[in-house]
Amino acid sequence: MKIKRAMRVWQRHFAVYTKLYKSSIALNFIEPVLYLVALGFGLGAFVKEVHGKTYIQFIAPGIIASSSMFAATYESTYGTYVRMTFQKTFDAILATPVNIDDLVAGELIWAATKSVFYGAIIIVAISIFGLVESPLVVMLLPVLFVGGFIFAEISMVCVAVVPGIDSLNYYYTLFMTPMFLFSGIFFPLDPLPPFVTHIAYFTPLFHLTNICRSFAAGNFLGVTGDIIWLCVAALVLVPWPFRLMKRRIVR
Amino acid sequence: MNIVVAKGLTKDYNGLRAVNGVDFEIRRGECFGFLGPNGAGKTTVMRVLYCFIEPTSGDIEVFGINVKDKPALIKSQLGVMPQDENLDLELSVIENLIVYARYFDMPKRKAMSVANELLSYVELSGKARANIKSLSGGMKRSLLLARALLNNPAILILDEPTTGLDPHTRQAVWKKLNDLKVRETTLILTTHYMEEADRLCDRVAIMDQGKIIAVDSPGHLKEMHGGNLEEVYLKLTGRPLED
Repeated sequence: MKIKRAMRVWQRHFAVYTKLYKSSIALNFIEPVLYLVALGFGLGAFVKEVHGKTYIQFIAPGIIASSSMFAATYESTYGTYVRMTFQKTFDAILATPVNIDDLVAGELIWAATKSVFYGAIIIVAISIFGLVESPLVVMLLPVLFVGGFIFAEISMVCVAVVPGIDSLNYYYTLFMTPMFLFSGIFFPLDPLPPFVTHIAYFTPLFHLTNICRSFAAGNFLGVTGDIIWLCVAALVLVPWPFRLMKRRIVR
Repeated sequence: MNIVVAKGLTKDYNGLRAVNGVDFEIRRGECFGFLGPNGAGKTTVMRVLYCFIEPTSGDIEVFGINVKDKPALIKSQLGVMPQDENLDLELSVIENLIVYARYFDMPKRKAMSVANELLSYVELSGKARANIKSLSGGMKRSLLLARALLNNPAILILDEPTTGLDPHTRQAVWKKLNDLKVRETTLILTTHYMEEADRLCDRVAIMDQGKIIAVDSPGHLKEMHGGNLEEVYLKLTGRPLED
């Protein structure tokens, strides 16, 4: 794998994205903001305080994590699938000096970049609402990259094994949605039976949410374990998208 | 001098043998065609040749390099015009070429001038800023040809270059390919049009069910077996070329 050639793929996706962002950014931006407003103000009217914060203050940093997660996941599920199967973009790219490993690396790095971008938009948005306590929240950007990379890795593994695009719905329903709901974004997990927390511990979103919440409060030290968890997970998962995409494409 | 040498090339797909132990040699500067109906294994041979898939067994060398060893090096000197229109639909005509040139590490300024030159070669200069969706089928094929020529390839691989084109556009593509032959680019194509093989190819490999039945010049094949290439195909395989 050559990082320079992987970046050629990244550049291609960026060039395409600059044409499409006007239509897609609204979707990616409006949905998290809707959650924030509907739950933060709507449900928040009935919830007094969570861990010493107003309800909207509590959920806002978690929305950075979820928005960032969905950005990488959409990109590496539907985006990758369409490029691979319907648009035959991969065939075009692989006829050049770019090899399959370069291509997969480019896809992953691009998806992680989108995670940073969509996380950053939410950071700006909740800062405007005054829901961030510390300007050091910008330190989240590299963490979002690592998180996005993990979601991209898992998504690409999924794309490499599904028989058709419709099967991706299972991934969303059985994995993404439960993770979104039970990662501590909307409520602390401690009052639930302990097994919920145990399961959540094995999902990247749980750790990313912890980190976002902690950084937004200006606290960097309490989440070292979560950061290590993400970095280790990102590294451990690396071989799988490469191996499985190779099998899928050049079998 | 041989630019491609294949020995015992075999490729299995999900337990099915798509290409079954074929041997062939392609000479520098010639136009070599794989002739056969859909499913004969032509596209699979091409895909191994441009390092998209690895052979199950056997060897194939391009420029004297084994495709398993240095695919990126081989691909840097190949041009591929695929059967599918896999252009970047969101990008304009010229942007498609610029983005593609980057895969070959071409500096932007050079990419720009080569792209403009090629657009005028394929008569698309007036469409440089146009949306891909606004192009006709023939124009898309022309753009795919221009894209395949960006790196000034030593070998141009064409998978069914004129399938689905109207007779007029087909003639125009043939003319371009003949120009390239004059410039001594090695052309390797697959086709199931007898006339295409006859018009362009110096030699054709007749393929049937994953095997090469015969390799010779179209003229010699016709002389030996009588009739046109279609009849030659029928005689050699017992099957018509086009179903």
